[in-house]
Amino acid sequence: MTLPVIVGAGPAGVRAAQALAAHGLRPVLVDEAPRAGGQVYRRPPAHFRRSPAELYGSEAARAVALHAAADALADRIDHRPDSLVWNAQGGVLDVLQRGRIERLPYDGLIVATGATDRVLPVPGWTLPGVTTLGGAQVALKFQGCAIGERVVLMGSGPLLYLVAYQYAKAGARVVAVLDSARLADQVAALPLMLTRPAILMKGAWYVAWLRAHGVPIVRDARPLRIVGGERVEGVEFEQGDRLQAIECDAVGIGHALRSETQLPDLLGCRFAFDELQRAHLPLRDAAGRSSVPGLYLAGDGAGILGADAAEWAGERAALALLEDRGLPVDAARARALEQRLAGLRPFRRGLERAFPFPIDWAARADDELIVCRCEHLSAGQLRRTVRETGADDINRLKALSRVGMGRCQGRMCGVAATEILAQACGRPVGEVGRLRGQAPIKPVPLSALSSAPSAVPEPEAAA
Amino acid sequence: MTARRCVTDVAIVGGGIVGSSAALALRRMGLKVVLLERDLCGSRSSGVNYGGVRRQGRPLSQLPLAQRAHELWGRLPELIGTDGEYERSGHFKIARSAADMASLERYRALSQGFDLDLELISGERLRARCPWLGAKAVGGSLCPADGQANPRLVSPAFARAAERAGALVFERTPVDEVIGDRAGFTLRCGPTLEVRAPLLLNCAGAWAGQLAAQFGEPVPMHSGHPAMAVTEPMPHFMDWSLGVEGGGIYCRQVARGNLVLGGGAGVALDADRARSDRQAITTLARQAVELIPALRDAQLIRTWSGTEGYLPDREPVLGCSRTMPGLIHGFGFAGAGFQIGPAVGEVLAELARDGRSSTPIGAFGIERFAAQPGAAQAPAASAAPAAAAMAAASRPTSLPVLSHR
Repeated sequence: MTLPVIVGAGPAGVRAAQALAAHGLRPVLVDEAPRAGGQVYRRPPAHFRRSPAELYGSEAARAVALHAAADALADRIDHRPDSLVWNAQGGVLDVLQRGRIERLPYDGLIVATGATDRVLPVPGWTLPGVTTLGGAQVALKFQGCAIGERVVLMGSGPLLYLVAYQYAKAGARVVAVLDSARLADQVAALPLMLTRPAILMKGAWYVAWLRAHGVPIVRDARPLRIVGGERVEGVEFEQGDRLQAIECDAVGIGHALRSETQLPDLLGCRFAFDELQRAHLPLRDAAGRSSVPGLYLAGDGAGILGADAAEWAGERAALALLEDRGLPVDAARARALEQRLAGLRPFRRGLERAFPFPIDWAARADDELIVCRCEHLSAGQLRRTVRETGADDINRLKALSRVGMGRCQGRMCGVAATEILAQACGRPVGEVGRLRGQAPIKPVPLSALSSAPSAVPEPEAAA
Repeated sequence: MTARRCVTDVAIVGGGIVGSSAALALRRMGLKVVLLERDLCGSRSSGVNYGGVRRQGRPLSQLPLAQRAHELWGRLPELIGTDGEYERSGHFKIARSAADMASLERYRALSQGFDLDLELISGERLRARCPWLGAKAVGGSLCPADGQANPRLVSPAFARAAERAGALVFERTPVDEVIGDRAGFTLRCGPTLEVRAPLLLNCAGAWAGQLAAQFGEPVPMHSGHPAMAVTEPMPHFMDWSLGVEGGGIYCRQVARGNLVLGGGAGVALDADRARSDRQAITTLARQAVELIPALRDAQLIRTWSGTEGYLPDREPVLGCSRTMPGLIHGFGFAGAGFQIGPAVGEVLAELARDGRSSTPIGAFGIERFAAQPGAAQAPAASAAPAAAAMAAASRPTSLPVLSHR
């Protein structure tokens, strides 16, 4: 029998699996990590001894609850850890599991693929010792180590303060938190953010805790460059007109998150540009139904709304899958989940107001700035391509310059390249297109592909 | 809304390498040209193909064109302002059996006189030359001056060169309707553009069949989708572009270090878009590892495909319409149009100006499909210059050409 499949075992995926199992289905839960929890509640290897409080700080209770929910499902679902979905077509996922290629047919698919950091490069960002904020957090949660002895965290977004808190709490030395947002932005966002006072208080509490523990927080801090020879030695930034420098040996950098949308893209979901998130996102209804029948979207993978919302959206998407199969579900519960999700929207807008995207980033980026690490392409090279060829579409710029053609396939550089393109051709960022999704979603070794079992003939993908 | 009206000598439908190089050649002859491309020039098959620039292995009928193209490729920077990563790196066609070797030997004998300088290599010489080749390769045929180029750069550059030379190039401009009568052709592109020209080049690739059919020359063309894939960059070990006798995989290592792999068929997503599917990707991976065992350790980072037109005999349609004076066809290159594209452009320009080609194209006439069941009967062929032939135009015809969007 073909089963429903959930991709991603973070907050959305685990709650989706729980809801399906509660209704008597036995879903397959596929995830890249060895243990369920997702990025936000990523778990260390089983023999590690750090306590949840040390690893997750204020989020420990949520993390423990989600892990417990996942563990309780062990006998009722088919959990496949260490499994990368690298392609999808015609009702079948292609999975790389521990070096082997498997085919996984599905009857109903919930995509809960989460997010990665939204990276806006600064000069020096390719030096050893620089990671994304999320990467810095993963180092702590998964391996119980910090990215350096003296760490600067910079960029903007709620993750900035959470990581700073988690680092300081775990005993790492956070030399400074450099937030590109201004205090005035955060004040202006208050009315919207007061719609969720508990979350707002948590954020305020991180800031107060960091200050109380002597961690300098600088707002309106515009990163100029990360300096160093062989590796990171410090950071230079600007506050107003004042140049400042801080010594450090590691930098975590990020400007909020970006959704991992390749799977819905490969499966033919319709996308639209979302002004708030400055990104093309797969369309979904309030329940999480995508434009493709039988395909549901939940969590940050379809738009950033945070871990709590992901749990609700995961459960709601599972209920939608059940509804669409004509199975009885608790309609009041479904409605309540939708209301909770909708209720979070004003706060979400507030977050964007409090930690605004630095819209002048592209205009200020020097020609020498490396935008695409894999292909070593600078902002100036991209601008020159635009100037010489008239390229005004990101796929065209990719074809002509190689941007987004390396190992990351645009997952890391795509946001920055799109911003540079929009700035260079004078069009709004929403009108320069989005990088076309192509398999594999992440690199796959030829050794695995070449030993894949010969597939039986199958009907062509209906996309 | 008043449409912009352009009156020109030659209108070209399709901005692939064929249409774009025709536009460039026509400008170099001094004719006025309008090039209409529904998407971006060189963004379809011309821009996403494997990038082989190869004469070896072509049917003898194509070798005169391929030779002419070979000379043009040698002058690429002068023609289009970029070398497009073109390299005469050599093209090596691999034999996996004695029968394959015999077949390559036969091809060498048959293609004498076309300056391919084919050299058969086998045994220890092959191992010494290519220690990275898998055990199944027993030998092969090297064409030292064949090579490879980056189609993403070359094909759009032909269109830009044509534009610099004075061609009017309209991108993102689908042709909605073509009307042909004794006064020539009128092309309507939405409400904003109308182009009038006595001569029309049909260079619409896999989508060219509609225009041909409109003028009474239906062709049995089908769309194919070559499966393509690329590895992460690797240290340089391979100069030659590789093919395999009898078909199958082909691969080359680009300047950046990535290995581009092609072979097998992808799937259509819709009439315009295609991609490599799992079957093609895993088959390609198996063949790649068999061909070059060290690729086991490489990662595949991207796959893609395109939409290409194939006629049953795998020869293109190239020549004047037999039913509609002033209409000239150049399409259906069966996945092998990249190398000969620049020469096809010149031939199309000659056909437009002179009514005949200085390179033999006899095998490619559209009339070869006319006698087939269901195809329209062709009237007597006219080899007179197209512009003069137009005066003999008999019936106006106006059928909608569907927008390709």
